[in-house]
Amino acid sequence: MLQFMKMKILNIFLPAGSVLLISLFLIPQPCSAEYDYIKISDPFLNKIPVAVTIFKSLSEESAGKEISLNASDLVYKALAFTGYFKMIDREAFLEDLQVKGITGPKINFDNWTDIGAELLITGGVTIKDGHLQIDFRLFDTFKSELLFGKRYKGRLDDQRKIVHRFCSEMVYRLTGKRGVFESMIAFVSTTTGNKEIFTCEFDGYDVKQVTRTKSLALFPAWSPDGSSIAYTSYQNDKPEIFIRHLRDGQEKKISFDGINITPVWMHDNKKMGATLSFEGDEEIYLLTETGKIDKRLTKNWGIDVSPTFSPDGKKMAFVSKRFGSPQIFIQHLDTGAVKRLTYEGKYNTQPDWSPAGDRIVYSGMEAGLANIFVINADGKDFKQLTVDSGSNESPSWSPDGSLIVFSSTRTSKSRIYVMTASGTDQRVLLTLSGKQTDPAWSSSFNE
Amino acid sequence: MKKGKLCVKIGLIILMGVFLVTVSSCSEKKPRLDPMEQYPSETETVIVVEEVDVVQPLTEEELEAQRIQEQEAIRIKEEARMKFVNEDVYFNFDDATLTSDARMIIKQKVVWLRDNPGASVLVEGHCDERGTEEYNIALGQRRAQGIKTFMVNAGISASRLSTVSYGEERPVDFANNESAWAKNRRAHFKIQN
Repeated sequence: MLQFMKMKILNIFLPAGSVLLISLFLIPQPCSAEYDYIKISDPFLNKIPVAVTIFKSLSEESAGKEISLNASDLVYKALAFTGYFKMIDREAFLEDLQVKGITGPKINFDNWTDIGAELLITGGVTIKDGHLQIDFRLFDTFKSELLFGKRYKGRLDDQRKIVHRFCSEMVYRLTGKRGVFESMIAFVSTTTGNKEIFTCEFDGYDVKQVTRTKSLALFPAWSPDGSSIAYTSYQNDKPEIFIRHLRDGQEKKISFDGINITPVWMHDNKKMGATLSFEGDEEIYLLTETGKIDKRLTKNWGIDVSPTFSPDGKKMAFVSKRFGSPQIFIQHLDTGAVKRLTYEGKYNTQPDWSPAGDRIVYSGMEAGLANIFVINADGKDFKQLTVDSGSNESPSWSPDGSLIVFSSTRTSKSRIYVMTASGTDQRVLLTLSGKQTDPAWSSSFNE
Repeated sequence: MKKGKLCVKIGLIILMGVFLVTVSSCSEKKPRLDPMEQYPSETETVIVVEEVDVVQPLTEEELEAQRIQEQEAIRIKEEARMKFVNEDVYFNFDDATLTSDARMIIKQKVVWLRDNPGASVLVEGHCDERGTEEYNIALGQRRAQGIKTFMVNAGISASRLSTVSYGEERPVDFANNESAWAKNRRAHFKIQN
């Protein structure tokens, strides 16, 4: 293995290809974690200490230095965002790799183990012909070993993309999952005075307004391929479902008599679940790609709402008032058998099934304030994730299941927050004027 | 000669009398004819097509009273309309059941709907801010639908009644306390034509 790594170090100095965002080292993609560093199921108890050095400018261009610092900062922030790395403060660094060099032989690993770093990232930035090329290397400091090196090339303004592609690769090799760096979050904001759907990148960067209904737009849901967002809107003075293709802005409408709310895709990217009331009762239906009714899933007098499907498409969790107060139930789609999931509390809603299929996150309300809870799909291991911090609602899993995005009124106005799946590292995602609610995390666009 | 003349005169009178009696008796027996046919054409006749009582014009006071009466009728009608629109029906938390107060108000609204058969109405279901948005839209729909069903059972045509739920999106009181929540858990009525 070490031999193989050394071969790759040599490779990195070969001239780069002209394709954007290429990676030189075509290593067969591992199907599970290559290295046993991080347990993704609960990685937040023992965070891995990582040092991100300031990247070295390899070209003469004066802009190189600034871009090097910037890229290094972006890596730092992206890795810090995951919640399973302990980011080592640059102030503590004992050697300057901008001066010494960024390859293995130039590094004195003792200088890094001494400050507690277990992983070390170096970077070399080359600017040539208006293109940006970054060589990344990840080292295990205790083994004094290169774990992998990658070179990415792109346009100058692709810096974030390049950095996040590397972070994705790094996290994939450490955890077996792509992480969140190439995912997006949709949410509702009242920035314009009306509730409209917005999107941003995983870390709150690059906020874009998606809808301009000048009315109410609610409950965004991503198509698994990330191409479309389904949402509920009152633009025709009643709640109807719209499916908006993000690239061309084309919309499809699903509108039956009564309410048409809480659309959610199945993982096949085709069928969709939604709550409709055209039969006089709020029931969950399965809809075809074209918005026609495939079949009615729930058959119970009383509110049935907010479907979420297991990743294998065999089960659905949903909210029902059938026993008096809103609780979460699980229904087998083939047999129709229904089992109650939540017993704690009198008001449990907004379920979201985890990408791994094992857990369901939801919000439970007591005395008017909601909190986020997780429970295994079999009803075991019930755990409260938020406490004494305003009302916490609308939880949504990150594509790798490591993070949860939700809305919180902990600082008065509702804002979007992110926390780890264990409930640690709770922080605000972005600050916009108005109120932000209903966050929904997309799949990773690089699966 | 004088005697003879007299005789002739008497005879004429008698004849005329007989004639008159004959004519009058004939006219009694015959069905009534069109007035134009009943009289010789040269006879001037008045055909009454309109009959108007000639009365004294209304006094200022009387006009005023009539105006006030008309205004009062409009006011009462408008008041009933305003009451219909302004009086909301309230609900308990997480509940779409119609309370006895709610039923009383809805019955009054049914009366108004019967008195105003041309009116169509939108029943809006609303919720307080507690609880989650998705569930509250379903709950608001249930509230509106419950009222529609009640009204249809009371004889109002379903085609005159539509429903919409706004969940917790359109509160009337933005405060964060029980009195505000109680006001927001409501069904509101809008006349659509």
